[in-house]
This record gives sequence, C-alpha cells and structure tokens, in this order.
Amino acid sequence: MHIPDGYLGPYTYTAFWIIMIPLWYYAGKRLSAELKSRQVPLLAMAAAFSFVIMMFNLPIPGGSTGHAVGGAIIAIVIGPWASVIAISVALVLQALMFGDGGITAIAANCFNMAVAMPFCAYYIYKFASGNSIITSSRRVIAAAVAGYISLAFAAALTGFEFGIQPLLHTGANGLPLYMPYPLSVAMPAMILEHVLAFGFVEAIVTALIFSYIQRTDTSILFGDESRANRNKSNEPATT
Amino acid sequence: MEKIVKSFAKGLVVLIILAPLGLLAVGETFGEWSNEEIHEKLGFVPQGLERLSSLWVAPLADYAFPNDESQTGAITAYILSGILGVAICGGLLYYVGKKIAKN
Repeated sequence: MHIPDGYLGPYTYTAFWIIMIPLWYYAGKRLSAELKSRQVPLLAMAAAFSFVIMMFNLPIPGGSTGHAVGGAIIAIVIGPWASVIAISVALVLQALMFGDGGITAIAANCFNMAVAMPFCAYYIYKFASGNSIITSSRRVIAAAVAGYISLAFAAALTGFEFGIQPLLHTGANGLPLYMPYPLSVAMPAMILEHVLAFGFVEAIVTALIFSYIQRTDTSILFGDESRANRNKSNEPATT
Repeated sequence: MEKIVKSFAKGLVVLIILAPLGLLAVGETFGEWSNEEIHEKLGFVPQGLERLSSLWVAPLADYAFPNDESQTGAITAYILSGILGVAICGGLLYYVGKKIAKN
C-alpha cells in the first residue's frame, strides 16, 4: 500500500501535502496538550510496531504480496490523533531510508495509512463496542472488525488515488504519464487483495493484541469511557 | 503499566527476529512495480513515472544492502532494517514524547 514516487502525478501528491501539513500540525498540538508521561513508551512502541509489522510481507495466490499495517490496534490503544503521529513517523522513515513508499507520495501514504486507517478503525471499534464492558469478548470482535474494515478502506483509498491518475495526466500522445491503470482496474485490485487476504491478517493481529491487553492491563487503552468501564467491570472481581 | 510495556517490548524483539519470514513472500505488489516490471506489462514506462521514480535513492532500498544478492545478506539486511526502524521510530518518539509529556 506504499505508493512509490512516480505513480501519483503532481496534482494528487501536492493536494495530499496540502491536506497533511495542517493535519500533522494539529495532531502534534493535540499530542503535546494531552500526552502523559506514562503514555510515552506506548507512543514510541506504536511507531516501532507499525514499522516492523509492515515488513511481514505475505504472499497470496496470484503472485501478489502485501502486509498488515497495525493501524487499528494502534488507534485503539493510543487514540486516533496520536496514531497519526506514530504511523507517520514509521512511514517517513520507510520512505527516506528504505525506499518503501515515495518521497513525493509521503503525504498521500500518510493520509491513507496514518489518518484514514486509524480514524476509521477507532470509530468502528467504538461503535461496535457499544456500552460493553472493556473485558467483553464483544470488544475483541469489534477490534477485529475495525482492523479488517480499516485496512480495506485504506486500500480502497489508495486504489482510488491510483485510478484517477490516467484521468488527470495523459500525455499528448494519449499515453498515461503516471499510474497507467484506471479506476476500473486499480480499485478492484487494491480492494480485493485486502478484503480477501490482508484484512484477515490485520483483524487477527488486532484481536490478538487487544485480547492480550484485556487480560493484562486495560488501563493503557485510549479514552476515558473505557477507563470508566474498566472500573465497573473490576468491581465484582474485587468484592 | 510497566509490566505490559515490557511484554510489548519483548514482542517487538520477537517480531524483529521473525521479520525475515517476510522475505519468503516473492511476487509483485500492485502499484509498487519497478520500471522494468512496468515495461514488461505495458511495453513502455509512463514518462512522468520514469522521471519521478529516480527522484530518491534510499540508502537501504527494499530493506536490502545495495549490490548484495546473497540470501545471508538479505536476511541480515532485513533484521538490521527492523532494528534500525524500531530504534529510530521508537527512540525519536520516546525522546520527543518525554520532552512534551505532562507529568
């Protein structure tokens, strides 16, 4: 899902820089206003986790490869705005040092994987969890579904960005200048791979880590609401 | 809190060690083709794509050592990339986080 240099034309990549700069600024503001000392190791590990989980390339039938992003579990643990910063740091390093994702496409890649994905995941998780207690199995399912859908959503966005290139940029000779495949090819290709394969990986990774947190220490999970629920759920156990 | 942070840190170490499993996946990724692969598919390389694709040469492109095709080299580079990635991402955010964190 890391768009390399050359696949997006200047209109698209410039537009994403214009979108991302204020988003990074705002996310940074929120982080410096809200970050507590005890959350710092989690923030650091979220970026590290995102970096390393994306190295686990998985093959699928048809000769294609892909990977999970970790964006859903990160959003559930540190919240969507902190996720913007954590995943962006991983993506920028991947682009600069490892050539995974283009330099011009950094903003687009960050929008897809560090903004759209964590926000999508966080709100699906919240919505699907409802008022269930923090240790309920319903929340494990909610986390898994959030992982599955948010990865597919990020993939669909990437497919859309790819697919509009032939519409935006065609040379005088009628040949495409950047990504050559239109929406009718790029969207299905990106969505299908992630719906049929990598989405399940993201779902499993999210559910495993989430249920581990449920069993060990739910106080790290983002949001006051979940903390209130935890206290409620702990009461019967302590009496 | 400290306990779960420790187990996450251990988990990260395990992930770095297992990372070379990611090398087993051979194949192309949609929209991440090299210029040669595009040429094979289309019979030409889109002009803008060709121009922009050489914009940046990453020091450890594709998480591999430049000009090292050996399997040991690939595995070493992959693990090293994992260590670097975890250390730089984690280290940077830990350092900045500690600076800006309240209490």
